[in-house]
Amino acid sequence: MNAHVVFDKVVKRYDDIDILRHFSFSVDKGEKVVLIGASGSGKSTVLRILMTLEKIQGGEVYIDDERLWHEGTDGSLRPASEAHLRKMRTKVGMVFQQFNLFPHMTAMRNVVEAPVRVLKMPRDEAEARARELLERVGLAERMHAYPAQLSGGQQQRVAIARALAMRPEVMLFDEPTSALDPEMVGEVLSVIRELAEEGDLTMLIATHEMRFARDVSDRICFLNLGQVLEEGPPEQVLGNPREERTQLFLRSLLEEDKQA
Amino acid sequence: MLFGIHWDASGTAIHFALSILPILLIGLKVTVEATILGFILALLLGLILAMLRSVRFKVVSWPAWFLIEFLRDTPLLVQLFFLFYVLPLYGITLPALLIGILGLGGQYSAYCAEVYRGGIEAIGTGQWEAARALDLDRFTTYKDIILPQAIPRIVPSLGTYLVSMIKDAPLLSAISVLDMVAASTIIGDQTYNYLVPLSMVGILFLLTTLVVSFLVHKLDHKLPKTGIPMK
Repeated sequence: MNAHVVFDKVVKRYDDIDILRHFSFSVDKGEKVVLIGASGSGKSTVLRILMTLEKIQGGEVYIDDERLWHEGTDGSLRPASEAHLRKMRTKVGMVFQQFNLFPHMTAMRNVVEAPVRVLKMPRDEAEARARELLERVGLAERMHAYPAQLSGGQQQRVAIARALAMRPEVMLFDEPTSALDPEMVGEVLSVIRELAEEGDLTMLIATHEMRFARDVSDRICFLNLGQVLEEGPPEQVLGNPREERTQLFLRSLLEEDKQA
Repeated sequence: MLFGIHWDASGTAIHFALSILPILLIGLKVTVEATILGFILALLLGLILAMLRSVRFKVVSWPAWFLIEFLRDTPLLVQLFFLFYVLPLYGITLPALLIGILGLGGQYSAYCAEVYRGGIEAIGTGQWEAARALDLDRFTTYKDIILPQAIPRIVPSLGTYLVSMIKDAPLLSAISVLDMVAASTIIGDQTYNYLVPLSMVGILFLLTTLVVSFLVHKLDHKLPKTGIPMK
């Protein structure tokens, strides 16, 4: 097995509400997995746990066979040390629903900041790489613009370049187009699609864009009540879902589309 | 005579006023110096206090909270007297002006700490999460991400405290600092004319605070609300 990311019976609770209930799931190196499910099904939480933005209350998470969380003295799970956490974190990059660009920095500076500060890359080298990345997401001309001067779609593309600048092995996309106006969804999805076609990167994508999910993914996981209810190749899960819950969910999405 | 300058109380009020103006301006310089240095101290110490207070460990955050409350909720005059009369008993003798600067800066650092805290808390969690996802350490996150966005929002409040500090500076005359107010009362004592020197002091304070308020306002308009730009 060359599993890149493994969740083993992970439990996540907010207050007294169970978000993940013994959630188990694994992703191979280079695999593109799309997570679908209603809001509250736990798909964002899976990504946020991998990015170490959330702690877990039980189970185990592995990246590259290394455990992300360790048992604390009081029985709670916590990272072994800040150094360990940071080492694990450098393997993972994340793109947020709300972009979360730094509003006081130009697109260029947004991309350059972490490589310079964290990887200690010389500034001119970081800028050269940033220029390449911004070109790749189609924003070479806008690199000196501030986020407020960019459209939502452009901001999200900068955010993708910013995450890529840290050379992650695993890229997480948390509903990357949900906050966008419909006419900007396409430009962001095509950037992600290109990334997926290039190959090496392991990708986990939470999305409601089913056609995109079908195109881009090796596997689709349908999450329901904090567990993987159904998973498989996109044709099977989207075209011929076994579970009734999956069928209901897909039908509800179709109806939304018709209304829109 | 004060600071080697003579006054002339024999003529008209205007004449008297002009003759003491150079003396009062020397005193004003002391007030301004104490305020500027005190304010710089307040800005730096306030930032440190605000950060200590936000630390997760209670061993650190609780003493910081206590210090902030103590500095805020006891009168500045008492703090100044304490530093001026008590410290020498333990062998620490500092110049009065320095004590004044420490006193002003100390109390206002507590006000500034609260202003910083408000400004920092106003920054959305998305910014913290993005910084964490990029693996920026806590120091860099504050320096490059949070503070540049927080500062433009807190400039108006800090400006209000700066003006308020200028108006508190005359308390330093109570610990023998020879500032504008002390000079004016000396002149009054010797000429039996308090009206003119104290009126002059009022006018000079008014002009000073108006200028400072104007500058703060200018600065506030100059800073983009999204944060101090970084290229």
